[in-house]
Amino acid sequence: MTTLVARSRRSLGRVLPALLWPALLLAGVVPGLLPRLLAPLAGGEVPDTGSTPLWQLALVHLGFVLSAEAAVVLLGVPLAVAVTRPGREALMRLAEALTGLGQTVPTLAILALAVPTLGLGVKPTMLGLVLYALVPVVSNGVAGLLAVDPALKDAAEGMGMTGRQRLWRVELPLSLPVLLAGLRISTVYNVGTATIGAALGAGGLGLLIINGLSQQNTALVMVGAILSALLALSLDAVLGLFTPPE
Amino acid sequence: MIELQHLEKRYTNPQTGAEFYAVKDLSLSFPSGEITALLGPSGCGKTTTLRMINRLIEPTGGHILIDGQDTRRERPEQLRRRIGYVIQQIGLFPHLTVAQNVATVPDLLGQPKAQTQQRVLELLELVGLEPGRFAQRRPAELSGGQQQRVGVARALAADPPVLLMDEPFGALDPLARDMVQDAFLEIQRRLKKTIVMVTHDIDEALRMADRIALMNAGALAQFGTPDDLVRRPASDFVRQFLGEDARLRQLAGLKAADLMQPGDATGLPQIDGRLNARSALSIMLRERAGAVAVLGEDGQVKGVLSWQALEQAG
Ligand SMILES: Nc1ncnc2c1ncn2[C@@H]1O[C@H](COP(=O)(O)OP(=O)(O)OP(=O)(O)O)[C@@H](O)[C@H]1O
Ligand SMILES: [Mg+2]
Repeated sequence: MTTLVARSRRSLGRVLPALLWPALLLAGVVPGLLPRLLAPLAGGEVPDTGSTPLWQLALVHLGFVLSAEAAVVLLGVPLAVAVTRPGREALMRLAEALTGLGQTVPTLAILALAVPTLGLGVKPTMLGLVLYALVPVVSNGVAGLLAVDPALKDAAEGMGMTGRQRLWRVELPLSLPVLLAGLRISTVYNVGTATIGAALGAGGLGLLIINGLSQQNTALVMVGAILSALLALSLDAVLGLFTPPE
Repeated sequence: MIELQHLEKRYTNPQTGAEFYAVKDLSLSFPSGEITALLGPSGCGKTTTLRMINRLIEPTGGHILIDGQDTRRERPEQLRRRIGYVIQQIGLFPHLTVAQNVATVPDLLGQPKAQTQQRVLELLELVGLEPGRFAQRRPAELSGGQQQRVGVARALAADPPVLLMDEPFGALDPLARDMVQDAFLEIQRRLKKTIVMVTHDIDEALRMADRIALMNAGALAQFGTPDDLVRRPASDFVRQFLGEDARLRQLAGLKAADLMQPGDATGLPQIDGRLNARSALSIMLRERAGAVAVLGEDGQVKGVLSWQALEQAG
């Protein structure tokens, strides 16, 4: 991990373009700027983004996504490790089937099922985000761990590494790029998914979209949509820095 | 010394449910400080035998003693850190530098960093890789031959008395293989490790090994020096496996300079001392000569290689 960061830091050529989207995002949350730019869409009238400042909505939104990803890493990586240990092929097929199933169930359905038990608000939103983001992280984690050359595992074992040492020193570092790619995909998806959370009263950038829709104010919808898109692109660019080139 | 006592490994065929022996009642001693080759046709149980020594495979019967101690009395990880391990696929960790790869076992043993660093430099030097040029490279930036040199350095890092090698030079092209084999023999002359080397390459066994254990279908066919197997095959299997040109193959593993004797070289055809004894024989046959003059690297005559010396070489 540290070597990946170090290597990507070395090339300014990769870092500077990656900063473009975060910079645009920062500009987008400057109070009044984006609504004024989009006013022509609402017949010249500056859309009312409500009492909560845009930067705060964006931060809440980012908070959802990041805490969901944190939970996903804590759940998904151990899960991927557990099912790829030798002698657990049956467990692995089960996990693959479940993650495959998870991918086909719509987010809306998960949220609709969660609300009756968890109520409205942050809880069902987080559940939806975590379940949805778990899929790419677990499947990429499994794929990455399975792709580690058996000769390397044999060498590691033959030199006297314990199972734990093989995992930390060989298997995880080698599967990290694939795992990070999964994390990146799920993060980007979840910026979009989290907008639905506003419908459950959880807040975030989705609030602008929902209010805009109910007021039939295209400019307001666009403020929310553009900011979510910039947030997704920013996270994608920043996480991309951790993925080695080529 | 490594002793195998009635060693046995049984497997169950998953299709038929029938049991079969990958290794059967194998008793054998690998002498200290020598290279012993485990030789034999594909599937005869060489790898299984080797991997039972460091307990990557647990035997279903028999005992293995290293310096008199049963290997089962120790945790497998502990045991393996005292045994060097080199494999055909080399298996260098691609995310680590050459230096970090070599430092693997000393790190596992918790040896002081500064001491390990020093040791890594010595080892790279030993296997013929200039530390300044290679220590900080990644394995992918090395040739196959250079990678296997690192593999050998890594196996030697904690100075283990025993080295297990499974077809260590099998993945190298012939030229690189010759060079790495030479370098390895040179290292062994100094270090005198107890080495068990799996190979299915007869030439490699005849050339590298002090002793050969020839296996067939999980059992020992013959155990002896290369000369024993070539001149005194214990069975038709041994004779057929080595082939009718076994003696020539054996000579191919010997250097003319190592076989020459002092003598009068006037009028004899001259050969380079770095040639192998089989090439020397070929030249004698071509020149219709009973002996050749052997030249050193400076081009001066160093000795005479006679027909009799070739007959007796072994
Ligand atoms: N895990 C296993 N399960 C079942 N049978 C096995 C297993 N490992 C090895 N065998 C069988 O045991 C026998 C000996 O295998 P081994 O790998 O020791 O052969 P080898 O002499 O090293 O051959 P090669 O020169 O091809 O590497 C073979 O018949 C092989 O199919
Ligand atoms: Mg083998």
